[in-house]
Amino acid sequence: MKEFVKTSSKNRWLSLARKWAVLLMIYVIVQVLISANIINDYIFSTFVTVCINIILAVSLNLITGFTGQFSLGHAGFMSIGAYTCALITLRYSSQVGFIGGLLLGAVLAALVGIFVGLPTLRLKGDYLAIATLGMAEIIKILFRNVLEDLTNGAAGLSGIPQFVNWTWLFIFTVGTVVLVSNFINSSHGRACISVREDEIAAEAMGINSTKYKVMAFVTGAFFAGIAGAIYSSYFYYIAPDLFGFMKSIDILVIVVLGGMGSISGSVISAIVLALISTYLQSFPELRMVIYGVLLILIMLFRPQGIMGSRELSLSVMKKWIQGIRRRNGGIA
Amino acid sequence: MPILTVNKLSKSFGGLMAVSNVSMELEQGELVGLIGPNGAGKTTVFNLLTGIYPPTSGYITLYRNNKKEEIQGLKPYTICKKGIARTFQNIRLFKDLTVLDNVRIAMNKNASYGLISSFFHTKSYGIQEKEVLEKSIELLRILKLDHKKDELAKNLPYGEQRQLEIIRALATNPCILLLDEPAAGMNPAETAQLTEMIEWIRKNFNLTILLIEHDMSLVMKICERIYVLDYGMVIAEGTPSEIKSNKRVIEAYLGEEMGNA
Repeated sequence: MKEFVKTSSKNRWLSLARKWAVLLMIYVIVQVLISANIINDYIFSTFVTVCINIILAVSLNLITGFTGQFSLGHAGFMSIGAYTCALITLRYSSQVGFIGGLLLGAVLAALVGIFVGLPTLRLKGDYLAIATLGMAEIIKILFRNVLEDLTNGAAGLSGIPQFVNWTWLFIFTVGTVVLVSNFINSSHGRACISVREDEIAAEAMGINSTKYKVMAFVTGAFFAGIAGAIYSSYFYYIAPDLFGFMKSIDILVIVVLGGMGSISGSVISAIVLALISTYLQSFPELRMVIYGVLLILIMLFRPQGIMGSRELSLSVMKKWIQGIRRRNGGIA
Repeated sequence: MPILTVNKLSKSFGGLMAVSNVSMELEQGELVGLIGPNGAGKTTVFNLLTGIYPPTSGYITLYRNNKKEEIQGLKPYTICKKGIARTFQNIRLFKDLTVLDNVRIAMNKNASYGLISSFFHTKSYGIQEKEVLEKSIELLRILKLDHKKDELAKNLPYGEQRQLEIIRALATNPCILLLDEPAAGMNPAETAQLTEMIEWIRKNFNLTILLIEHDMSLVMKICERIYVLDYGMVIAEGTPSEIKSNKRVIEAYLGEEMGNA
């Protein structure tokens, strides 16, 4: 028994080391490709969009997929991060200002999450969706009309200094994915999942469902704030209308398509959707039509999303490869 | 020594008195049955005891660790932490999770590490998670379900789902266990097995059990005392043999004799 525990902990370290090695490899390869100018500014901006979408989708998945709380206000949290970071870097244009602004934006988004979550998370299903939708609209109007002196109203803020490079992008994207999946694999994460599965049973098993709903909501808001900060710092320009209802829907589409309750599903679907929409740019008139048809088709043939609620990991991939080899009679 | 007393508990839904003036007493270590015709208010009593509904009036008092505490109207998760666990009439497992996770979720209060620990998987995370994992597997092993620990709860056969619900309730480390029709839908062989299991866990987990059941053979066999509920009121209380011959109970189940009409 003791022997078993020892080897299993050794295996754990090994698989952990292997994971980090793969991630480091991806980082180095992309970095080399960027310095060799094979990945040009255009491709890199797609990279940024994909990474931002990964952060947004993974954090929304925590709220909607894992905790089962249907939120339509994710873009609202994103805008809080975006405006905070933009306003700070416009005054203190430095790396410190960027990181400070990013973290402050994330914390502010989380605070708004607490403020909004405590009353609205008593609602269920469609009622919660409408309440969060209202919250996002209120945030948008605040930035457009109420805080006009600070945010330049509907015209938006432009000339935001660019601090996002591949290193920061990589750190925040991988960080979000790792932290959220760590959270899911803890007692707190399991409690969130149990609330999704059956709230009454969860409460009867000693789980304070309101506490865990707010916890998931606030964590999701925090990471959405980070995504917003990265957005504002890379794309120079933000305006309230960028963070409207449609943005929230876009994020929700990524989550549903990837699979509710699958972090790797969210990552894969963010990448796939970005590839599709980049490819479709060659047909500008029909772009959204084809995009829509593709979504309908995927939902028809895989209503549970690309991954369902399963996760893709290195060990799963190894099994697949072994399976393919066996089928090909050991040739491949 | 009583462990739980219920004093004049009432619950009305609008104009309907679902439970009225119910008083009960559970002694430490007892196995008590709660029976009655359909719609008598048995499950409502359970829902009041576990905090799913707040009572309209009345008191529920829990005596634990030499402390007397009124628990009526508290939230379900607080009542669970104070030591009352339950199962549900219509099985309410976490269907899409594994058997092991169902049990681990019920052990939630054992893992007391903070939010930061869960994000960064610190040392206290490792130690406590390992402890919860070992305890869960041990509990499943004792109750002979450990060979199915990685199966999804929804894929278990019906009898084992009922069994898992009891195991999950035990994982919260209760002093009182409320079982809501544990034998519903089971065949006689499964019921016999369940009867054995209930008696076994009462002895080995040092529990007080309150049981709702329609299967009279089970109730009469294992319960030491029985409360009979009809139209939300306690109409009889006593040992199984007393209840069997009680005129009001027979009337409640079979209707009045036509002789005098």
